[in-house]
Amino acid sequence: MEIPYTVETRPDTGLANGKLGIWLFLASEVMLFGALFSTYIILRTGSSVWPHGQLNVPLGAINTVLLIVSSVTMVLAWASLKMKDFGKFKLYQAATVVLALIFLVNKFFEYREHLGHGKPPSASTFDAIYFTLTGLHGLHILGGIVVMLYFLGPGAKLWKKTPEQFTNRIEYTGLYWHFVDLVWIFLFPVLYLL
Amino acid sequence: MHSDAEEVRKHIRTYLMIGGALLVFTVITVAASYLNLGVAGNVTLALVIATMKGSMVAAVFMHLNHEKPWIYGSLVLTIIGFLVLMSVPMFTTMDNIGTPIHAPAAVGGAEAGHEGH
Repeated sequence: MEIPYTVETRPDTGLANGKLGIWLFLASEVMLFGALFSTYIILRTGSSVWPHGQLNVPLGAINTVLLIVSSVTMVLAWASLKMKDFGKFKLYQAATVVLALIFLVNKFFEYREHLGHGKPPSASTFDAIYFTLTGLHGLHILGGIVVMLYFLGPGAKLWKKTPEQFTNRIEYTGLYWHFVDLVWIFLFPVLYLL
Repeated sequence: MHSDAEEVRKHIRTYLMIGGALLVFTVITVAASYLNLGVAGNVTLALVIATMKGSMVAAVFMHLNHEKPWIYGSLVLTIIGFLVLMSVPMFTTMDNIGTPIHAPAAVGGAEAGHEGH
């Protein structure tokens, strides 16, 4: 049985089902990260001492740049499909994956440096919330990479069958990816600079 | 969402410009953290810049500047839920359950009465 409203819009919502679905998913993600940001505020305001200069600011700033550029390449990948240029889509999508992988490699070195200084999550309240927030965000990056690799590999077959549906899927992937970028835009100043 | 290729082609320049603006704002975020505005001032400034950056990502990359009412509706619900979550810390500081309450007047009165005897 064919899934309805994957390309055409529903008359009542004016949207394809996937579009509304991804936005509702992102709403639940806002709640997830919102709860953790709220926890951060409780811990920070309730603590008499809060460490500064514990994290590598240049590495954090480089990771911010990587995610911003990856957001640009992601939207260009979707735009390429809209312009029926599958070759450019592959190029931009692969660039997004590479940038995301570099982000994770940087994060690995950052974690190693932090742990090397004898600061596991159990060392302090700051370390606990730092590892929780950045770890959860890192898992989202990993999830995004898996989805993007799928659409570069086996999932790309859909382009030949129903290009509009494939373009919509890339749009939903992009919405998720921009959300992940948006979360980092707030995480970077909150954890690294303040 | 844009419906045709020509429309999308026109927006590519906007995507690149927003990407450039986000990079500039990142540099400003780092530079602003070195200003000595006090904890409250630095936190406010950093969050204002982050909110501006986040708004650009949401409006242009996520196409929220021209979406359907159902998307805006789900976003309004999200914002309400998010604000409730953010106000939880405020509720905890207002919570006095378990905190011993000393009534100064009553204590003072009792002491005065004691002195009188």
